[in-house]
Amino acid sequence: MNLSGLKMIRQNQYGLDKVISLFFWLVPLIVTSLFIWILGDIIRGGIGQLNWAFLTTAPLDTGRQGGIAPILVSTLLILGVCLAVSLPIGIGTAILLAEFTPNHNWFGRLVRRSLDVLAGVPSIVFGLFGNAFFAKTLGLGFSILSGGLTLACMVLPILIRATETGLSAVPQEYRLSSASLGISRTSTLWHLLLPAATPGLLVGLVLGIGRAIAETAALIFTSGYVDRMPTSLLDSGRSLSIHIFDLSMNVTGGDANAYGSALVLILILLLINAIASYLSGKYSKTLKV
Amino acid sequence: MWKPKTLSLFPLRNWFKYRKDFLLVWLLRGLSAIAGIVILLILGFLLREALPVLEEVGITAFFRDDSWNPGEKSYNLVPMIWGTGLTMMGAVLLATPLGIVSALFCHYYAPMPIASLYRRLIELLAGIPSVVYGFWGLVVLVPLINRLHPPGTSLLAGIAVLTLMILPTITLVADASFAKVPPEYLMGAAAMGLSSWGTIWQIVIPSAKSGLFTGVILETGRAIGETMAVLMVCGNVVQTPDSIFDPVRTLTANIALEMAYALDNHRSALFVSGLLLLGVIIVLAIAAELVDREAS
Amino acid sequence: MTKSIHNNLDRHKIAEIQPLMQIHQLSLFYNQKPAFKDVTLSIPQNSITAIVGASGCGKSSFLICLNRLSDLIPGCTVSGHIQLGTLNILSPKANTTALRRRIGTIFQKPNPFPMSIKKNITFPLKEHGVKDSQQRHNIVEQVLKDVGLWSEVKDRLQDNALTLSGGQKQRLCIARTLALQPEILLMDEPCSALDPISSGIVEDLILRLRQKYNYTIIIVTHNLAQAKRIADYTALFWVDKGCGRLIEFAPAEQFFNAPNNELTKAYVNGIKG
Ligand SMILES: Nc1ncnc2c1ncn2[C@@H]1O[C@H](COP(=O)(O)OP(=O)(O)OP(=O)(O)O)[C@@H](O)[C@H]1O
Ligand SMILES: [Mg+2]
Repeated sequence: MNLSGLKMIRQNQYGLDKVISLFFWLVPLIVTSLFIWILGDIIRGGIGQLNWAFLTTAPLDTGRQGGIAPILVSTLLILGVCLAVSLPIGIGTAILLAEFTPNHNWFGRLVRRSLDVLAGVPSIVFGLFGNAFFAKTLGLGFSILSGGLTLACMVLPILIRATETGLSAVPQEYRLSSASLGISRTSTLWHLLLPAATPGLLVGLVLGIGRAIAETAALIFTSGYVDRMPTSLLDSGRSLSIHIFDLSMNVTGGDANAYGSALVLILILLLINAIASYLSGKYSKTLKV
Repeated sequence: MWKPKTLSLFPLRNWFKYRKDFLLVWLLRGLSAIAGIVILLILGFLLREALPVLEEVGITAFFRDDSWNPGEKSYNLVPMIWGTGLTMMGAVLLATPLGIVSALFCHYYAPMPIASLYRRLIELLAGIPSVVYGFWGLVVLVPLINRLHPPGTSLLAGIAVLTLMILPTITLVADASFAKVPPEYLMGAAAMGLSSWGTIWQIVIPSAKSGLFTGVILETGRAIGETMAVLMVCGNVVQTPDSIFDPVRTLTANIALEMAYALDNHRSALFVSGLLLLGVIIVLAIAAELVDREAS
Repeated sequence: MTKSIHNNLDRHKIAEIQPLMQIHQLSLFYNQKPAFKDVTLSIPQNSITAIVGASGCGKSSFLICLNRLSDLIPGCTVSGHIQLGTLNILSPKANTTALRRRIGTIFQKPNPFPMSIKKNITFPLKEHGVKDSQQRHNIVEQVLKDVGLWSEVKDRLQDNALTLSGGQKQRLCIARTLALQPEILLMDEPCSALDPISSGIVEDLILRLRQKYNYTIIIVTHNLAQAKRIADYTALFWVDKGCGRLIEFAPAEQFFNAPNNELTKAYVNGIKG
């Protein structure tokens, strides 16, 4: 009697378990279908627009007609400024935190804390700050430079965290044996640690680029809306994401080109992603041997 | 056998050679000081721009004024705070279970290849720009909701889009914290004859608790800070919504909409709302830190 | 007299210092917890000193103090005094880069860099200012011959060093250290990862280095027979109340045959029996 009771419970349990498993497959299925829905919709709407002329001509009639050439150029310039500033600062900070800072050093702790907060700051707040500091106080105005610098502040925590993770994955033995040969820490870093941390660096770079290219809110009041071809870094330049926003919200009849631009943006992001996984795969292979 | 030679093999090195570590450390300290100071700069400039209106009307005006109408010197942010709060809450309540289930699926239900494929998909989902989510919401979701209950641009649309956007955050964090659950626990559970659901509910979730909390805090921060997507699908009417189909305006959308033409006190008031957002984020960061400390 | 070891102690002078290294009241702490305490001993010139003792008594920790590798370990602090000629090794002013070139270390676990076999040796040489590539190549050939690796790897010098076998890796690490012509070698169980033949090669090498070129060698080993074969002096470390202590330091002859300390006697005999 006792035994059969146990059996009953078990069967019940297994029945419940089956139902729950079903549910556990259902949720990913829904998420996946939503993903396919979004992506499919963008591709379906955008594929008709996507051709060489779209990429190489200027927008006409506030974007309803024509292409996105100046917008691509502005996006690249903003990204260039962002990386030129954030890479040295980010990698330098990561190296200091990972290699030259004892665990309980006050300076390192302070920098880490402030980066943690920085990572959570909403992009619109970066936009406000960029507008007040770069555009107004430093007098850069609505310009590619203002936008790029604002984005640089934004991607710093991402770059730093990824680089730090990459460096801390390098075995401690390398550092010890290098030091035991009297090799300076600078050379150890340059010849051993950074090469070994390259996959981490690449991941950081890609995440940073991804975040920067996708960003809209931080750019509206820093790099501005102007859709002409920029002639200098002090010109205002419209990024691809702002273009999509503007076409879909402020321009009636701009949906077709908005679809096209969204598809281009997504393709760029996918491409960056693919390059990154290819590179980090390649690097980790040469490292492990 | 090789004969050790005299010192001449190793020339005396100059000052720079021996001091380059020292120089490098100071260079790196300089760079990190810049990185560390950014957040202070942000706080400082937000305060500087917000002070004029704060000095003129005080903090209470932002909660007690009749309406949001900066042209007429009334600065009530409460409807926007409701907008932000409600979209955030709806999205967090939906995304948290979905994300945790997704992460559990990757760890305990899916075969390896499917799990890694699904992780990859979630990462891609995380990389989709918010303006694309907003655009999709605007052209696909809003018309659908409109058929259900006009006008379509609504709190519901905001919650739906926001849920999708923060789902990857909680999924990836939960995934990472499940990966840290010691395998011995699972073996022990299997030895006791627990069902897989029993194992998850009684062993896995409790031991990953602090990681899950951190994930919820992170996604909350993202939901509060999101601008473009909610701006595009929420309708942006300044009102406290009565139903889920009413349009709302969030704090972030308010800034994005009005910054372009705001002057003087109006501009300053927008910086006050930026400061409010930053304050919430700092509180969340402290909460995350506390959860982390509790765990260790 | 200048401060740096590099400037004022050339190898002829180092060869005359007697005793070579004077260690006084040396203690090492990991996060305030002592690994070993109050070790006082003098390492004689041109000798092989073996350090023996149970696992966890601080032998490796002792070695890493001697060339300040302890600086690299987070939370590790050292107190006491180590004198090498006129140089106070623990002084913050001591030039650790130069110091570590002249006091080489071989670790228990072989750890070549993820570079080619040749570059593993030439990279430190370049770092220490050997600019002539022909000269570097000659040194590579010499040291690889010394450790008996040359015939095995001479056709694959450009291969990644991580493709070598464990024993080959260890011998490469020894070669890499020898290339820098250190005067003092610290070896932390160098043979524990080696097969008996490579182990024999290394033992021979140790003896040759001492005899012909006045190397001073400090070697940690768990192998009492090995200590007996090669050591001139032997030190016994032991854990007492959770903290390592130096129990006895004596000429090897005396250490193995007529130890002063009961513990040493038990240890030596215990292993024998
Ligand atoms: N990096 C470290 N952090 C904290 N404690 C450590 C560290 N390295 C060693 N210890 C501790 O210090 C003590 C001495 O360790 P050490 O490695 O010097 O022993 P050992 O005599 O070399 O042992 P073995 O013969 O096993 O190599 C041990 O109790 C060890 O746990
Ligand atoms: Mg040891």
